[in-house]
Amino acid sequence: MYEKNGEKYFVVDSHMHFWDASPENWVQGAEQYAKGWIECFHAYQSLGPAETHQSIEEFQKVSEEQLMREEFDEGHVDVAILQSTYLREWYKDGFNTAAQNGHLVEQHPDKFIVNCRFDPRDGDAGMREFEAEVEKWHPKGIKLYTAEWNGDSRGFKLSDPECYRFLERAQELGIKNVHVHKGPTIWPLDKDAFDVSDIDHCATDFPDLNFIIEHVGLPRIEDFCFMATQEPNVYAGLSVVIGGLMHARPYFFNKVMGELLFWVGEDKMTFGSDYGIWEPKWQIEGFVDWEMPDREEYAEFPKLGVAGKKKILGLNAAALYGIEVPAEYQLPAEAGTPGAHEVLGEGSPQPVAGA
Amino acid sequence: MTAPVTTRSARAEAALAALETVRDPELDEPITSLGFVVSCAVSAAGDAQVRLRLPTYFCAPNFAYLMVADAYDAVSALPGVRRAEVVLEDHFASDVINDGVAAQAGFVQTFDGEAVSELHGLRADFLRKAVMAGTDQVCRPLLAAGKDPAALLAMTLGELPPSRALDRLRGRRADLGLPAGDDAALVIDPVTGERVTADAMPLHLRKARLTRVSIEANSGICRGMLRHRYNNTLGEGETPPPDDSGEH
Repeated sequence: MYEKNGEKYFVVDSHMHFWDASPENWVQGAEQYAKGWIECFHAYQSLGPAETHQSIEEFQKVSEEQLMREEFDEGHVDVAILQSTYLREWYKDGFNTAAQNGHLVEQHPDKFIVNCRFDPRDGDAGMREFEAEVEKWHPKGIKLYTAEWNGDSRGFKLSDPECYRFLERAQELGIKNVHVHKGPTIWPLDKDAFDVSDIDHCATDFPDLNFIIEHVGLPRIEDFCFMATQEPNVYAGLSVVIGGLMHARPYFFNKVMGELLFWVGEDKMTFGSDYGIWEPKWQIEGFVDWEMPDREEYAEFPKLGVAGKKKILGLNAAALYGIEVPAEYQLPAEAGTPGAHEVLGEGSPQPVAGA
Repeated sequence: MTAPVTTRSARAEAALAALETVRDPELDEPITSLGFVVSCAVSAAGDAQVRLRLPTYFCAPNFAYLMVADAYDAVSALPGVRRAEVVLEDHFASDVINDGVAAQAGFVQTFDGEAVSELHGLRADFLRKAVMAGTDQVCRPLLAAGKDPAALLAMTLGELPPSRALDRLRGRRADLGLPAGDDAALVIDPVTGERVTADAMPLHLRKARLTRVSIEANSGICRGMLRHRYNNTLGEGETPPPDDSGEH
């Protein structure tokens, strides 16, 4: 929890990792990819405050003790959701598998939730692995990374028929939340791999699943926002928005937050630190302190108040995951800022969703 | 502003000027000002050597290919150049892209089995985004000066005061084959080229604003990562963005 000016914030870190990207875990013959991947993440860290920067060696693999300290002792987080990304083409034991993450859950069951994953290209064997992991960890959510390499394949779309088969099974197994992360590659390579239209189809076809688009579809915020206004079950995961922009590009942070508040609305935005890229502490403290500047160029954007910050930092994700929030952290009554579907009102040429 | 002392030859200057016409299709900025050009040299015999770099090892390979191929075309077309070599460094697909561009193989052949078409469609998609962002750039000052959005509907490009933003918007529209002359409508649908209707105008302007925010925010992130990756060493012709300090 975090307290500022007498206000108490219940914090759910809805997108974080416990990875092993150390050289010992690099697949022989694929070292350049394993190295390039973690160096890319490390470059993102440089967008945070200088005093939080780590050496690449430390960044590649943090200890359980360090993670516990940075998330909970110093980081104000109440519940952290561990996302699983396998990348077994590059990392021998996986980048961060459900089993690695599950170890933390077993040690600290009140602090962590683990999300599983599947890869639709793994066929029946992949389905059996997914089912077994769901049976073991009972997740409410999964994380899908569409640019994961798999043999000769450079990625998949959520709208692929085989992916639908997995999503249907996931729903039968009790999955409610699907976190999606787009990456730079897909088949075929001549298409824009970051395009989010496949999620649009899925969100329509699976109305009972929630789709949390991590990094708000960066670098395609515009496509994401257009989609999110039309799909009531699409959420904006703020990982990278806060970590990558709030400190390094405060001007664009104001603008991007303004757009998200306008198009998506504070009821459908969730905080994620993206740990181990960035620590939650400075992100949460800065976000609570942040206010839309009172200037003409921001006048069109909705304002974000204390209630909205409470929703984004924890209450929205708590609702998605059924996390019990103590009474003192809950909002007394429904209050907030409307999203685009309400602002645009009648006569909007776009289908409206939500209200 | 004083120009830095440079030992660049006139030939290299010409090559660098040619590279200034090459843009990152996603960020809609020249690869020079973004800092993507590591070096650019042309020998007395006319052999050009260009080295490029990108913010990450995993930047999207289709955009990377376009920049390398466009750089090759721009430098090869110079009168004093008899042979050009463009090398992308430190990228997962460096070898494939460099070899493909050198052989002028096209994207499909370069990424054999991994692509089904050339990149014209991708390029057009991002030109349309650039048109949307450019629309916000030229309309925002008009709106800030008190013009009603409805008034923009009837305006033509020729009614706007000259500006770099306007030149840029005209250029992107022309690249797409859309009307770009003085009598062309100011606000058009970037797919059909038709003047936007009154009903669609409010949403269109909001989309234009959002598209610009998206591109500019991405540009900010890319620049930050490039700086970290290459230890703050500047590229040839690199310029900081006008609003890098945070405010316009």
